[in-house]
Amino acid sequence: MSEGYRVDEGELRALVPRVLAGLVRRGEDFDAAEDALQEALLDALRVWPEHPPDNPRAWLAAVAMRRLIDARRSEAARRGREEVRQETPPEPVATESGDDTLFLLFCCCHPDLTPASQVALTLRAVAGLTTKEIADAFFVPETTMAQRISRAKRTLRDRRLDEPGDLAVVLRVLYLVYTTGHGGRLDLAAEALRLARQLTLATDEPEAQGLLALMLLNHARLPARLDAQGRIVTLDRQDRSRWNTREIAEGVRVLQSALAEQRPGRYQIEAAIAALHDDAADAAETDWPQILAWYDDLVALTADPVHQDPAAVLGRAVAVGHVLGAAAGLREADRLRAVLGDRHRWHAVRGYLHELGGDPAAAGAAYAEAARRATDVAERDHLVRQAARARAEAQRSSAGSV
Amino acid sequence: MPKYLLLKHYRGGPEPHRAVPPMDQWAPEDVEAHLAFLRHVAEVLEERGEYVGAQALVPARTWVRYSGPDAAPVTTDGPHPETSDLVAGWYMIDVETYERALEVAAFVSGGPGPGGEPLYEWIDVREVMG
Repeated sequence: MSEGYRVDEGELRALVPRVLAGLVRRGEDFDAAEDALQEALLDALRVWPEHPPDNPRAWLAAVAMRRLIDARRSEAARRGREEVRQETPPEPVATESGDDTLFLLFCCCHPDLTPASQVALTLRAVAGLTTKEIADAFFVPETTMAQRISRAKRTLRDRRLDEPGDLAVVLRVLYLVYTTGHGGRLDLAAEALRLARQLTLATDEPEAQGLLALMLLNHARLPARLDAQGRIVTLDRQDRSRWNTREIAEGVRVLQSALAEQRPGRYQIEAAIAALHDDAADAAETDWPQILAWYDDLVALTADPVHQDPAAVLGRAVAVGHVLGAAAGLREADRLRAVLGDRHRWHAVRGYLHELGGDPAAAGAAYAEAARRATDVAERDHLVRQAARARAEAQRSSAGSV
Repeated sequence: MPKYLLLKHYRGGPEPHRAVPPMDQWAPEDVEAHLAFLRHVAEVLEERGEYVGAQALVPARTWVRYSGPDAAPVTTDGPHPETSDLVAGWYMIDVETYERALEVAAFVSGGPGPGGEPLYEWIDVREVMG
């Protein structure tokens, strides 16, 4: 009768924040409620194929509640107490699902947690991933991730969770999920996009939309970022026909509605820069003057951008190189020597600017410096290739000029 | 089945059989050939069911030691004598015999270098305790 019923894991996971928020709002301990819900999810995967629920959300809430009561009973029994509190069954919570997501994001991105814990907890309690999936995504043993999550939940135990949290922290955590999410076995970038979408349903803050737009506009280029051999392809050499036009269109739409609010912020600005790259039919068409104007806005957000936002200054140096010439770009990059001189990205940008200025020998040396500092194998290999290519070019041109 | 760690070095080890410059100074096609070989090694090991893991290390090194209950750890970033060993990365393999571990190490060592000629790189083979 129920043959062929398949549990839609995406749908199931979408229920997680709603059910969990309902339990926590009813006064249940976050830690215990989250554990109970994880067990209920496993029950669902086992039971639903045979007995599909009429109301999946109510089913999950009821089973999680039963698990909570069981846990409390055995706890009470262990302590030798006779009295067990009578529990009322959970009632469907009347709040919007968007509010639930926001509420849980505030819990999981609590400022007292470390960034790694915020990310892990968000992926479990809001995205509904299993501990094993999260562990795989970060290439750590499952027990390590389980420990990290339970420590995080223990930290939350003594905190008040009924006050609104810091949206800026939530945005940073979601962006962290997005940026760490490439290349792993699990597509964390897609999770981050899903969470950011949910977040924009829950808040009118234009920066939340800005973040979603930024992710979409970057994610659209992902299919062209690696070639068939897994080699990194830089933006200027990507096959733009492989970009995801649907995501670009959505990103631009979301960005425009954010910008209409006239409350700019770093994610909106970064999204605007990404949109200008996405908009160019080829690298030569890129509207660098307008990109530079957005970078001017970006560095103006902080009082001391060299120290407070060096990544923005570095990105701006590339734009300066394209608009005012490679030498001007290199002078901009040089302002960061003390701050970023140990980072591969700074040397890579200098290599790019030297190449732009027609000095492949200097470019080769800078790329080699970058390769030595790279912390990612794919990037290291890419930078070694860039160095070898620039050096070969320098040799060719010096041989030709003799 | 015993596990072995095959260590590659940035420097250190026996006198090089063939001295080669750093890879960023090779011809681009030689770089491609070497990186393709590294992918091939991983594929072969995985296919044979011998692959456990592989990892590369950034060359920068810091030595650290405890310096008492109320003091910050003592660190040193060098300079270290040029002769001190510096591990570049490793393969962990799970193989039938010690001989097979040597065979894999020799295979890794023979990867193409400048001019497409083998690197003849020394590989440090260490058995992992169970």
